[in-house]
Amino acid sequence: MSKARLVIFWLLIMPTIIMADERLHLDLGKPLTAAEINQYSITVFPDGTNLPIGQGSVDQGRVLYKNQCMMCHGEEGIEGPAARLAGSDGWFSFSDPLRILRIEKHPVLLISVGSLWPYATSIFDYIRRAMPHYSPKSLDDNQVYALTAYLLYLNDLVPESAVLDVENILNVQMSGKERSVMVWPEK
Amino acid sequence: MENKIIETVADNGLLDRRSFLLSGMALSGVTLAAGYSAASVANIESIPAAIAEPVPQWMRSAGGSDNAYGLPSAHESHVQRQLAETTPQTSLFSIWHTPIEQQRGIITPNGLHFSVHHNGIPDIAPQQHELMIHGLVDKPLKFDMESLLRYPTVSNIHFLECAGNTAANAVSLTALDQSCQDLYGQVSGSEWSGVPLKYLLNEAGIKPSAKWVIVEGADGGSHSRSIPLEKLLDDAFIALYQNGERLRPSQGYPMRLFVPGWEGNANVKWVHRLEVTDKPAYSKDESGLYSDILANGNIQRFSFHMDVKSVITQPSGRQQLPEKHGFYEISGLAWSGHGKIKQVEVSADGGKTWAIAQLQGPVLAKSLTRFSIPWQWAGTESVLISRATDEMGRVQPSRDQWRAQYASYSFNHYNAMQAWHINSDGKVENYYV
Repeated sequence: MSKARLVIFWLLIMPTIIMADERLHLDLGKPLTAAEINQYSITVFPDGTNLPIGQGSVDQGRVLYKNQCMMCHGEEGIEGPAARLAGSDGWFSFSDPLRILRIEKHPVLLISVGSLWPYATSIFDYIRRAMPHYSPKSLDDNQVYALTAYLLYLNDLVPESAVLDVENILNVQMSGKERSVMVWPEK
Repeated sequence: MENKIIETVADNGLLDRRSFLLSGMALSGVTLAAGYSAASVANIESIPAAIAEPVPQWMRSAGGSDNAYGLPSAHESHVQRQLAETTPQTSLFSIWHTPIEQQRGIITPNGLHFSVHHNGIPDIAPQQHELMIHGLVDKPLKFDMESLLRYPTVSNIHFLECAGNTAANAVSLTALDQSCQDLYGQVSGSEWSGVPLKYLLNEAGIKPSAKWVIVEGADGGSHSRSIPLEKLLDDAFIALYQNGERLRPSQGYPMRLFVPGWEGNANVKWVHRLEVTDKPAYSKDESGLYSDILANGNIQRFSFHMDVKSVITQPSGRQQLPEKHGFYEISGLAWSGHGKIKQVEVSADGGKTWAIAQLQGPVLAKSLTRFSIPWQWAGTESVLISRATDEMGRVQPSRDQWRAQYASYSFNHYNAMQAWHINSDGKVENYYV
């Protein structure tokens, strides 16, 4: 290959080969409309991004819990068979040698919302997207606030008189937060 | 060559991994099942015309018909996945273990691939399923199946492992008498084919402030995980095929995220939405079950990698060696979420002496790698251990070393060396060294 041809190769051909990999634009994606994004964009972030307007009380949550949640999570939120919602059987008992005597059934499901979770917004997010198990996404936003309030109350994180809303949910101090360490980004 | 004496390379009968190559099959003192000799062939030729009687029934009748979709032999119906008992036997949360000790090579059959479901399996109509990309992008986009199938695809052989694989050995104070399937059944190997995510993300145009992507499934629970953008632009892809066929529903049909080397839960099944953001969402699984509790009480979050790990699958827990002594091939699997397996060592004396096992090709990054080593068992009590090292120099810890890092009941990302105890009757049992 002559020098001139080499120059042409490196200037013109090579970049297109690289483009084919890293900058491949087939442009087969169709535009996603703002309405579609609104309909599906349900992720609630710890800083309150995407939290809908609404409110709900511990008392309202207690009624909802009894009708829609208790059958799987138990009367006190600890009996199962579904994951534990209340109590200290999370990090608190993670080094307790006597735990094995108390916990025989479904040990994987021990980790309760109150003991490990760092943000109350995550409770709201999960109830709204996934609960109740047999009829997910059937609760309205006020009901989700009410159930979140009730779970926080079961974990002694809000008083029985609490009414949870878009503002004060961000102030709930969760026990899992100060103990959290991020692995990512890795050093 | 034939008279060469096979060298032992570590105590208690471990033989040079090249034994077979050095000596053909003429292992000293070992009788291997012989094929037909020339003499027996001659005997067959001398049988008179009516040969129907002495041969098996299936050689004396016409064969059956085949099926449109093939199935394993009815004689192999005992090779099944097994539902773990640590979770309720409902769709609330189910864990199916692969019979890994029955597998040979590095590919798990699709119907036997392990699966973990937190919300059951959705029945998705592929024509109505779309992959959406929005958030910190220039152009929010959606892709249907038809357009995704037109992109260039990659096909890579990778392992997939649940963060909780081998949890019993992490938390149980005594070594439970369990099988390899019970203890290691949450890892499998497949060839996954799909579209590199960088093509789709670049098409949408990522804004400079983007750091994370919230990846969501279209299942009833809308499973969601926060994944660093860096990984998605590196080697992640939208998997559409597993071992040459479209994904099974329990593996995310019609599409799943595949993040090679990272914990199973992050490989979001039934994926339908990617929200590009500058922060993680702390979804349900990131907030609870998929975090690690450290010895000092801290909660470790976003520990995505599955570390270097190995297990001897034959012989393994609850198996019985067929003869009281003699030749055996020790064989197992090694893998690392950080890269290729560089070396696997095996000990037959509980870790006092070690020999280097043969790695069977292909040895691929973030993939199951098969290892083996010949073993002359003297019929005495033995403890078999394997220890893998990956190309980054990461070595499997002992169980004590692993446990020292975590709280007593933390169970995710357990990768300590596995020991199998063999008593003089040939019974194989799970064992803590």
